[in-house]
Amino acid sequence: MSDTLSIRIDGRNRKAEKGRTILEVAKEMGIEIPTLCYHEALTPIGSCRLCVVEVKQGGRTRTMASCVTPVADGMVVRTETKLVTEIRRMIITLLLARCPDIEIIRHKAKELGVKTNPFPKGEEECYLCGMCVRACKEIVGVGAIGFANRGPESEVVPPFGQESNVCVGCGTCTTICPARTFDLRKVFARRSLHSVGGSKDTFRCIVCETHYGSP
Amino acid sequence: MTKKSGRKQMTVSVCYGTCCVLNGAREVKQALEASLGRHRVPGRVKVTGGRCNAYCNLGPVVTVEPGGTVYGKVTAGDVEEIVKKHLVGGKVVKRLTIGEKPGLDSLPSLSDIGFFKDQVLIAMRNRGRIDPDSIDDYIANEGYLALPKALTEMKPEDIIDEVKKAGLRGRGGGGFPTGIKWGICRKSPGPDGKYVICNADEGDPGAFMDRSLLESDPHSVLEGMTIGARAIGADVGYIYVREEYPLALERVTKAIEVAHEYGLLGENILGTGFNFEINVVRGAGAFVCGEETALMASIEGEQGRPRPRPPFPAESGLWGKPTNVNNVETWANVAPIILRGGDWYASLGTEKSKGTKVFSLVGKIKNTGLIEVPMGTTLRQIIYDIGGGVLKDREFKAVQSGGPSGGCIPTSLIDLPVDYEELSKAGSIMGSGGLIVMDEDTCMVDVAHYFVAFLEEESCGKCTPCREGIRRMREILGRIVKGEGRRGDIDLLESLAVTIKEASLCGLGATAPNPVLTTLKYFRDEYEAHIYKKRCPAKVCKALIVYRVVADKCTGCQRCVKACPVGALAGARAQPHNLDQAKCIKCGACYEVCKFDAIAGDAIYVE
Repeated sequence: MSDTLSIRIDGRNRKAEKGRTILEVAKEMGIEIPTLCYHEALTPIGSCRLCVVEVKQGGRTRTMASCVTPVADGMVVRTETKLVTEIRRMIITLLLARCPDIEIIRHKAKELGVKTNPFPKGEEECYLCGMCVRACKEIVGVGAIGFANRGPESEVVPPFGQESNVCVGCGTCTTICPARTFDLRKVFARRSLHSVGGSKDTFRCIVCETHYGSP
Repeated sequence: MTKKSGRKQMTVSVCYGTCCVLNGAREVKQALEASLGRHRVPGRVKVTGGRCNAYCNLGPVVTVEPGGTVYGKVTAGDVEEIVKKHLVGGKVVKRLTIGEKPGLDSLPSLSDIGFFKDQVLIAMRNRGRIDPDSIDDYIANEGYLALPKALTEMKPEDIIDEVKKAGLRGRGGGGFPTGIKWGICRKSPGPDGKYVICNADEGDPGAFMDRSLLESDPHSVLEGMTIGARAIGADVGYIYVREEYPLALERVTKAIEVAHEYGLLGENILGTGFNFEINVVRGAGAFVCGEETALMASIEGEQGRPRPRPPFPAESGLWGKPTNVNNVETWANVAPIILRGGDWYASLGTEKSKGTKVFSLVGKIKNTGLIEVPMGTTLRQIIYDIGGGVLKDREFKAVQSGGPSGGCIPTSLIDLPVDYEELSKAGSIMGSGGLIVMDEDTCMVDVAHYFVAFLEEESCGKCTPCREGIRRMREILGRIVKGEGRRGDIDLLESLAVTIKEASLCGLGATAPNPVLTTLKYFRDEYEAHIYKKRCPAKVCKALIVYRVVADKCTGCQRCVKACPVGALAGARAQPHNLDQAKCIKCGACYEVCKFDAIAGDAIYVE
């Protein structure tokens, strides 16, 4: 089939379908590549860069984010080189410095053998993977939140930091947040949040944990 | 020539580039018109605004033709003399002419002036020659000759072959061969149309070639884009200009309107059946929007954040359609290549870098401005022959090439031929062609700190290495310049650099460590002096210097006492003065005014 390509990952040859990413093919082969912004249900954006691998193609070797790099014929991928390990450890160190109390970051740091952090400790609760933003847009189809500001000041907020008019309060952002820190309350007007429903049953709000139900 | 000018039609052009306008070019032009009216010669003398010579530190620049007399630093007060003596009397006002030696006996023409004589103008071919608002001026100077040739005598493939033969490479910094890029985009299927984009989101501090090209010769860009669109098969183009460039926006918008009127843009261009529209998009001034994928996101109305490549814009760019992005200067090179042939263009430059490059020469240099030289011209030629040397004849220390994410090239490499390969070997980049000259009074750690701080603010924040890594680099450099550097800081900077360079999503991050890496490579001793000896060898970092009065040199003139803004200096006339260290804010005002070397900026030693 013309849409099948041959690639080589960590010394093993593999036929792969055109359009698939290195990460997807590696997963099928049972090769574990660490990620922090990848989610099967969402369009990959290649932002955390933890999934970098060394890719040799056309005589050139480069480090590429495997979650967004499509496989190409003749590509030779190595997922565990010295450089790749060094980069992953530095990235997780940087994230650990930003969000020292986030469980998933601490866990990944441990997996990658990072124990110390030479940088000043931050207090951030969000490592900007953007899963909430993508989920809201791609799955819910609303797009109530987005990134604001630039550089280290970046944050996920509804437009102008105001409670959103379009948010339906579905909580997908909160559910998908790998850091378990996304606060729906900054997006969804509280007033509306607790007026959702109308049925006789009582629900427990996944955000504020109070019970609400029919008014 | 000037003696006989009495009866001839004369043209006086006042440079209307941003620098000259800021220095009072508008007032000079008004004064000229008023004065000519008084002397009753307005019919014989045409006054135009425009014609930027890019000799920016001499603004406002006034050129008189015929004769090619160039006056610099003209004020409204000088106008009467120019009109009376030169325009009426036919005698050049020597005290205002430019050149190495003001007041030369013989009139300096452009070819006598060091700044101009070694330059080869292709992108800036109309520098100082045309009124940017006049399409007729552009046409009179071979403008819109290449377009009919490309549309009627050449197939799209021929155009691409010619550009390939020329060896033109992206002038925005990437250096990717333009012809190959066009070829890929041409072959890319685009049933719903394709786009060409002119990247005029010039954001490097100290770089202004794109602005100047759009301000002084907008049609050269439009013609290049139209030819490129024909070659690629695009029917819509965008020029992405930052809102901070109001004059460029105004001129380019007007040029597009006029080109439409002349049948050079729009439907059925020159009757050939080829349609092409150009739209102007105003950027909000984010540095990262100069990165092509972020630029396209910005045009689409999304946040200016880069997207992963592949897919490359040539396959899937603006709104998912095949798109070709080139920088202003690249587009400006296209028409001459089509007109004179790729071989002619390729005859200039070095083996792998063909043609010429525009550089903006700024910093501690005598002649500030834009220059265009063949690739392979050495830094020495650029800095000394064209630039006139370092300001105040101080010692040359380094030149930063390629903007904030370029590298600092030291004195030992002054004979480096400037092209893509050589700059890259030296650890720097061509970038858009900024050259910031630094003298002996520059602290290289401070320079690295400045550029990294700029990049931290301009990082879009999408990927971890750039967002978090650059911030940490800035923190480390910040503490080094404050005298709080620690053992291990250099290693940490180097290992951060590897991750940022290798793992960042876009070119901003991939090049961001360059200022740190090159200063570490060539000026490591300065880092070590800051960290281990708590000393700033260039005496720049305030935390590491202390001013004191050298008593036996002080004549008690009280200049420093008057200059000190915080009253830290005191003392009676003719008595050595005292400096109160507790009050001193280390502004250096005393050091600047002292005529007797009595205020020594000395370093603190901490072992």
